[in-house]
Amino acid sequence: MEILEEKPSKQILLLGNEAITRGALEAGIDVATTYPGTPSSEIADTFSNIAKYFTKQKKDPSFYFEYSTNEKVALEVAAAASFSGLRVLTCMKHVGLNVASDAFMTYMYVGCKGGHIIVSADDPSCHSSQNEQDNRYFALFGNAPMLEPSTPEEAKEMTRIGFEISEQLKLPLLLRTTTRLNHTRAPITTKKLQKPLGKGHFEKDPMLVTLPSVARAQHPILLDKMKEAEGISEKSPFNKIITVGKPGEWGIVTSGVSFNYVREAAEDLKLNIRILKLGMTHPLPRKMCENFIKSCKNIIIIEELEPILENQFKTIAYDIKSDVKIFGKSTGHFSRLYEYTPDIVTEVLSKIFKVKNPFIKPSNTDVKLPSRPPSLCPGCPHRATYYAVKKAAPKTTIYPTDIGCYTLGKAPPYEVADVLLCMGSNAGTACGLAIATDQKIVSFMGDSTFFHAGIPPIIDAVHHNHDVVVTILDNRTTAMTGHQPHPGTDFDGMGRPAKRILVEDVVKGCGVEHIEIVDPNKIKETTEAFKRALNFKGTSVVVSKSPCILLANRDKIQQGDKIPIYTIDQEKCQRCKTCIGKFACPALYYGEDGSIMIDEQQCNGCGNCADVCPFKAIHVKEDKK
Amino acid sequence: MKNKISIVLTGVGGHGVITAANILGKTAVKEKINVFVSEVHGMAQRGGSVYCTVRMGNVSGPLVASGTADAIVSTEPIEALRYIQYANKKTKIITGTTPVFPYTVSSGLEKYPNINIVFKELEKYGELYKFDAVKIAKDAGALITKNIVLLGSLSAVDVLPFKSNSLLETILDNVPAKYKEINKKAFNGGLEAIKK
Repeated sequence: MEILEEKPSKQILLLGNEAITRGALEAGIDVATTYPGTPSSEIADTFSNIAKYFTKQKKDPSFYFEYSTNEKVALEVAAAASFSGLRVLTCMKHVGLNVASDAFMTYMYVGCKGGHIIVSADDPSCHSSQNEQDNRYFALFGNAPMLEPSTPEEAKEMTRIGFEISEQLKLPLLLRTTTRLNHTRAPITTKKLQKPLGKGHFEKDPMLVTLPSVARAQHPILLDKMKEAEGISEKSPFNKIITVGKPGEWGIVTSGVSFNYVREAAEDLKLNIRILKLGMTHPLPRKMCENFIKSCKNIIIIEELEPILENQFKTIAYDIKSDVKIFGKSTGHFSRLYEYTPDIVTEVLSKIFKVKNPFIKPSNTDVKLPSRPPSLCPGCPHRATYYAVKKAAPKTTIYPTDIGCYTLGKAPPYEVADVLLCMGSNAGTACGLAIATDQKIVSFMGDSTFFHAGIPPIIDAVHHNHDVVVTILDNRTTAMTGHQPHPGTDFDGMGRPAKRILVEDVVKGCGVEHIEIVDPNKIKETTEAFKRALNFKGTSVVVSKSPCILLANRDKIQQGDKIPIYTIDQEKCQRCKTCIGKFACPALYYGEDGSIMIDEQQCNGCGNCADVCPFKAIHVKEDKK
Repeated sequence: MKNKISIVLTGVGGHGVITAANILGKTAVKEKINVFVSEVHGMAQRGGSVYCTVRMGNVSGPLVASGTADAIVSTEPIEALRYIQYANKKTKIITGTTPVFPYTVSSGLEKYPNINIVFKELEKYGELYKFDAVKIAKDAGALITKNIVLLGSLSAVDVLPFKSNSLLETILDNVPAKYKEINKKAFNGGLEAIKK
């Protein structure tokens, strides 16, 4: 594996996320934990792939890795390993830190022993997320030191050096990334891989038990640590001034990926400017910032999302009685919305400096292009479940949904997604809707989501006898984020056999009295099961079990089994449109003469279209090549 | 070599767009050229519109500014047009000619535009190279090598800062032995499609 390159000073091409994993290996990581979430997933997947690579050869991977049940568990597992002196890393997407925040906030009071990097992968523009919250606030909120990389190389180095900072301060460190960094691939320069400790030792310490008296004693200690952290920030090589052209009265303050756009824009616009590039953004290097403010007449702050640097710079300017003019979000030059791009940064700077933007006005086509939103894959078992539900449920039924591929059921013709807040919210909102309305409620969540946050609301439903149907779409994987295992799979993130926990067993244990277990590919039986569940007064659960088609087909190919491709017998087809209009598999399309066809590039061979065809016009054509 | 080279790769989730971008990146590293590649992961991979960018040379990040792409390479005609904002008159636009219908079209909600109008439009914004990449890939032995066919073509339009052979070598280094011949055929098929 290239990522395990032993030789130092080698250039290898890594994804930002892989670079973080490499940085942890160069720092001698002992324990890594996560709950998968885009854009963070490949950090953990890389640990998993390395562990599996060694496990396969019956060798010791030298670190422990797990896909934890949720982000809070992931943080707790790693924190305890840190208390025992080991170097640990926990990674998650930005909203994952909301789940972990209960542990996170008090963890800062207690502090760590072995270095602990907590990676938050933020998602400006909501590429794959339900919000674009700026998790830099968590560093300010919890008093965590924070590093923000601009490139994969920096991500690796910040991870490696971050462990040292974390250990020096005895504080977990927040490595705050954004999608554009996580999913940028660039060369990194290797440093030596470090051997981890292997085993630690837990020394009992009354200060680890956060009774009110302990918490009161720990809080001032935490504030002292932040003072010390400010000293580290002042000397950090990650905070630096870069001059483009000749130094003048103008300065730019920036961090993260925005720096990349700023540097190129400054060169392209031929500006004379000094750029204060901040890599350690909490706590800020106060003296360095003061001196920068004093050396400028005008400062432009360029940061995606919230005006966090901007507000702090204004505070510092006020404190030192500077009359520097600060441009940024409050002056309307930059937006608090969405990801920045080279276009945005270049355009704003060209306006501020009154120079011509060298980029041409973007071409625009008048041809109306059909949208290509993501959709459930051809052969996805969720589609069969949705088809059955729509047959069984009355029109006014409300469909709370959840985070996963199945959210895509929002699209027509299914439209089985009416409410979504966060992981597990389907069942919680189902309860509220049952209280507030007389409508039928069928909610959906995946198996991984069920284990993550779906169990407490089911208990709430049962205990209060809410009249809801909760559906668990059990496709035996965490599909959307890249097919990671979870407690319902019989192997773990290290590729070792693991105890499989059955969804239906847990549901039974929660006291649910009406449980239906179905194979959604048997559409008629599934429809009947939903009818029974809807007729049951009280909480019922439907467990719809069928593996993700992508995994099922991968296994078939590996075992040498054939995947069939279906075709439509045009003689038998009556163009009733049941397949294309109601079942709506994306592999179906209208031919030029209005006939209905199957695109063999897309067909995954599930055969459900053949089942729903009232005229038996669909059959296997050949095996996929 | 140009100071900065920007390439936009587009297509449909599952077509190997990310793999193609990654191979360009790996070749650049091998040739000791600075490179940034941006990828799309997560939800968009499920049949959605996908675009990746590759930038080489004196660049600080992977994102391409409007009108600055040296090449737009697409596995599918309308996906090339969807990202036409990156084109200027000199941009080489390379696209496979076989449409892949989004479900919005296959379910009858929206219309796929007349393919000839799409090609005319592409010609208006750049230098268009179009050919049946699906056929070339199938002839080579596997439909999934469509992305490799397109890389072959890209290597023939005088945009890349390294030779065709260097790119092909990276591809072959990254596939199992039994697929090497298929990939080689696919790559050369794409390369010849441009020269014709």
